[in-house]
Amino acid sequence: MSFEVPDDLHYRESHEWIDPESGRVGITDFAQDELGDVVFVELPGEGDALEAGGELGVIESIKAVSDLYAPVSGEVTAVNEALFDAPELVNEDPFGEGWMVEVEFADAASDDLLSADEYAEQIE
Amino acid sequence: MTLRKPPLRDAHAERGATFTEFGGWDMPVEFDSIRTEHAAVREAAGVFDVSHMGEIEVVGPDATALLQRLTTDDVSALSPGDAQYAGITREDGVLLDDTVVYRLPDEERPAGGAGADAGDDGSVPAYLFVPNAGNDGRMHERWVDHREEWGLDCEVRNVTGERAMFAVQGPDAPGLVADAVDDGGPDVLDLPPFSATHAPVAGADCWVARTGYTGEDGFEIVCLWDAAGTVWELFAADATPCGLGARDTLRVEHGFLLSGQDFHPEDEPRTPYEADIGSVVDLDAEFVGRDALATQREAGVEETFAGIELLDRGVPRHGYDVTDEDGHVVGTVTSGTMSPTLEKPIALGYLPTELTDPGTQLHVVVRGQRKRAKVAPVPFE
Repeated sequence: MSFEVPDDLHYRESHEWIDPESGRVGITDFAQDELGDVVFVELPGEGDALEAGGELGVIESIKAVSDLYAPVSGEVTAVNEALFDAPELVNEDPFGEGWMVEVEFADAASDDLLSADEYAEQIE
Repeated sequence: MTLRKPPLRDAHAERGATFTEFGGWDMPVEFDSIRTEHAAVREAAGVFDVSHMGEIEVVGPDATALLQRLTTDDVSALSPGDAQYAGITREDGVLLDDTVVYRLPDEERPAGGAGADAGDDGSVPAYLFVPNAGNDGRMHERWVDHREEWGLDCEVRNVTGERAMFAVQGPDAPGLVADAVDDGGPDVLDLPPFSATHAPVAGADCWVARTGYTGEDGFEIVCLWDAAGTVWELFAADATPCGLGARDTLRVEHGFLLSGQDFHPEDEPRTPYEADIGSVVDLDAEFVGRDALATQREAGVEETFAGIELLDRGVPRHGYDVTDEDGHVVGTVTSGTMSPTLEKPIALGYLPTELTDPGTQLHVVVRGQRKRAKVAPVPFE
């Protein structure tokens, strides 16, 4: 099975992505497939401070509960509230409508983040 | 520990199933997605490989007496082709397992051994009962021990490793199963719920029972291990292959107990009355645990199994605390999920009996947060 790994995003080993242009954060195609049917997402509020590698929220599928980790340090400037009523968007469109938060950050080039190629290799 | 494998484990893997350990077995948890599999069973038909369920045959003049002694309902009421859901309790009335007891056609007994129940023609009663995954060894041992203790005359055979079991469930399931029976076989549509018959399917002799664990109409089909592939493929062509994930969400929506999770002899010791299956306890029968249960029935139970619906967002899961409106812990969730059909979070668990009226306001504690909830009737609606 092959998974989408968009070139223009950066990735955490724990399967979150961040768009360095917009600051949007979500989970990868691989991660949504591993989780199965997503039924619940718990996210920080607007204005909350995130720390790279720290807690971002919780995602639950029918079969599992997983923690989400922040790919960068910064401040949450927007939350995808559509996910509260339609968490299945994470399955259907993990890099698009399934985004989770937007973060205003200082430095995306944190050592922890992987390029698309590096992430693709990790999930091979 | 090596996991036990159902006969079609590799075929399921090739179909793309993901697997989970359950009761010591390596079982498919999901073929496509729990949501689509669940919907297929509610709206059309699904087929489950449930070969992890135990199969134990009890045959002989005293087979009825032995089963009567070890299960909670009246086994003597069964005629060949009847099925009965029952508890298996220990001396203090606590459930060790739950099971379906099938009375098979009587068997010939070649020589001697005329016992209490031997027919005029020398035939003897035969039963199949189905303990839950991983319990077959313990239950086989229990049956043998009690047979010896009581000097009963019957064979007890653990055939779990020789039998495959499939469940074909959903509104379209009866038609599919009827079509699958070979020409000249019985019309299984004539079978009422909780009855069964031998029927040939794709040339294989199958035990076809109108039973299930999804709340839908359908059948459970037992065949020899060698015939498993042929029988499975026949159903998988028309019914959606389903894993244990959907099996779990389907049974939770209907409030069905899962042995080992909703009750467990050490971790969650519960009697049939607490587990709200008192209707399958016949206190006029003589079985292990009967006296303790008679006493409990007289006194009433302090806690009862009930349905809980979350009113706030969140997913209730096994082990989460349930509190009353004042925040005092009053119970624990034993099973919970986001209901795929109802699209709301639902749970099962034990509550103080006085708090089990539908509508009673409660909270379920999800990762430290109290979520509003209420008692709901089961099946959930």
